Amino acid sequence: MQPRDYRLLALIALITALAAWVAWPANPGIHLNLFGRKIEREIRILQGLDLQGGMQVLLEADLPADQPVDAEAMQAAKGIVENRVNGLGVTEPVVQSVGSRRILVELPGIQDPEAAVATLRQTGLMEWVDTNGVYLAPGTVIKTDFATSAASGAAITPTATLTATDGITTTAPVTPTEKVYHTVLTGRSLRRATVEFDSNGLPVIGFELDSEGAKIFAEFTANNIGRYLAIALDKVIISCPRISSAIPEGRGQITGQFTVAEAKAMVLQLRYGSLPIPLKVVDTRAVGPTLGQDSVNKSVRAGTIGLVIVLLFMFIYYRLPGFLADLALIIYALLNLTLFKLIPVTLTLPGIAGFLLSVGMAVDANILIFERMREELRQGRTLQRAIDSGFRRAWTSILDSNVSTWIICAILWVFGNSFGASMVKGFAVTLALGVAVSMFTAVTVTRTFVRTAFAIGGEKLGKIRWLLGI
Amino acid sequence: MFHLVQKRGWYFAISAVLLLIGAVAMIYSAIALGEPFRLSIDFTGGSLLELRFEQPVDLGRVRAIVADVGLAEATVQTLSGDQNVIVRSKPMEVATKEELKKLLGEAFGQPTELRFESVGPTVGQETTRAAGLAILASSIMILAFIALAFRSVPNAFRYGVCAIAKMLHDVFLLLGLLSIMGLLAGWEVDSLSLTAVLTVVGFSVQDVIVVFDRIRENINRRRGEPFETIVNRSLLETLHRSLATQLNAIFVMISIIFFGGVTIRQFMLIMLIGMVTGTYSSLFFAVPLLVVWERGELGRFFRRLVGKGATA
Repeated sequence: MQPRDYRLLALIALITALAAWVAWPANPGIHLNLFGRKIEREIRILQGLDLQGGMQVLLEADLPADQPVDAEAMQAAKGIVENRVNGLGVTEPVVQSVGSRRILVELPGIQDPEAAVATLRQTGLMEWVDTNGVYLAPGTVIKTDFATSAASGAAITPTATLTATDGITTTAPVTPTEKVYHTVLTGRSLRRATVEFDSNGLPVIGFELDSEGAKIFAEFTANNIGRYLAIALDKVIISCPRISSAIPEGRGQITGQFTVAEAKAMVLQLRYGSLPIPLKVVDTRAVGPTLGQDSVNKSVRAGTIGLVIVLLFMFIYYRLPGFLADLALIIYALLNLTLFKLIPVTLTLPGIAGFLLSVGMAVDANILIFERMREELRQGRTLQRAIDSGFRRAWTSILDSNVSTWIICAILWVFGNSFGASMVKGFAVTLALGVAVSMFTAVTVTRTFVRTAFAIGGEKLGKIRWLLGI
Repeated sequence: MFHLVQKRGWYFAISAVLLLIGAVAMIYSAIALGEPFRLSIDFTGGSLLELRFEQPVDLGRVRAIVADVGLAEATVQTLSGDQNVIVRSKPMEVATKEELKKLLGEAFGQPTELRFESVGPTVGQETTRAAGLAILASSIMILAFIALAFRSVPNAFRYGVCAIAKMLHDVFLLLGLLSIMGLLAGWEVDSLSLTAVLTVVGFSVQDVIVVFDRIRENINRRRGEPFETIVNRSLLETLHRSLATQLNAIFVMISIIFFGGVTIRQFMLIMLIGMVTGTYSSLFFAVPLLVVWERGELGRFFRRLVGKGATA
């Protein structure tokens, strides 16, 4: 045994210990306070929608296919969708742009998919609301008389969303203020909104209304000086400015305690209060929580059984080297789990299948090596030489087969980026990752173990045929 | 010594019969269903709704209710002892789905919604295009891999062609299987099925390259031995590795098929069958084909075929 082997053995032990800690199901995560710098990290496996239940929706700009979509408007639409998703109270939702005209929304663990879709699809509604002299804090959910005259609301939405309104009322029955407020104006009257700065250099929001809106606005502000005119988006108060003077020309400023960033966000909401781009649902996938949980339990069981059979097979068929390969395989499983948690890889059912399949690939490398070793031994070589040439000569075959698997994985990964095949991506990622890890465990780790066993047992091991399974 | 390549006539006959059954199934399916295998909504666009009821339901009555809500062209299928109902249709509005659930609930008791997938036609087309590109890219990669592996062998062309013939053999066997299972068990080809086929074909090409590699090695080592003997020896030498590797993969797959969730059972079955046929065709198709070619029997066979055709 050479010094290199001792070092490798120590390294393997260290990595295994770390991996075992991370992979431990009840891992508490990292919560450190290093010299005032807080490190907070949960360590756990992220489950895909097919495992924990939930739904995935693909929204697409509802415009003619040849009409280019304004990137800024799409960005704003995404922001609004994000707000609505956050309003649903889902943990770890995903809202991301896909290409130039699509938004992908993932809602894990959602109980009522219909209501969720309805909420996402609805066209956002911006209103100036008369609060009857009461200050309404931002975030307050209100009722206005605009929604009750439903026809005008529906007029903004070209796609039929009659179910949408039903959906919202069932999920959001909590209306803290039962009072119905009067809607003075809606976002349709808004011509322009920008971030401006007042004489103190504080950000304010400047807006301009169209002529009809300006008339209503002038009348209302003149009659209500000193009272509030709240701005609500989708029936949620976003700002409640006080009318300081009559605004005759339909131009005005909203002042308040906000930062530049907040002002910018608000301008976006004002400008695009009603979704800047109509969105339609082009694809939905929903998995009930029962099916998801059932899949997790069954996959874990299937994986364990499969792994145990492979371990037994290797031990019975290759004896001592097989046992050492088994140890390496257990390290392999731990390392994979660790990487899934740290990267993190969101596990899906095909992803689990990919991982289990990579177990087969990891074992394949050992089989190639051990078969070579057996051949050399049968030809009368010494154990030392058989071990060396077994590992050396099998290496090209191992590399060949792993590289071709990676190529297939790369192709599948690209294919999985198309929406209809999103499940494929999980499979490609775990398989590719598993093959990479197996290069370390099935070759380096196993070789170190075999050399160590040889250092302990010596050349006489070669004489005990049953131990080597010859 | 056991002579694996001696009975090659039989092996070719078995392959031919299997391929023929698959071809017949695909043609029948193309006539009956309009496509060689059932394509899933991933590619065609449409909706899939799976519901679970507390007790077994009557398929005929379910169909009638589905037709009532305006989904006349939908296909309805029951699973798990008639307790699970799967409805496949053109893209379904959420409102329609809710009405269907309500009506079915009134007839058989409130169901649990297990999954609902709805794919718009444009997304389906895009997925189909992406799938086509994936197949194309894989083929090019596999061909490049074969070319690279055999660049320095005498008669490299023959090895390459045999490996490609084997790859096509395996692909068509799997396609035939998908078609048959589509007709018999309602299997649908979705993006996961395609993934299984591509992965397995990659493995199967690797498998035959290992065998061919060994033949190449033994040709140099044992000059003077007849080609058939060398091939036979190489097969037996690589057999251990092939079998041990495939057995392990098969253990894992069978365990998932039996104990894992229903949703990936089909995916795993395609892989399992692909793995078995891939190993089989390395030994009983690709290698005998190579022997036949090296011995010049291929030319004789074709001449005989042409001769027969001329006299008939």
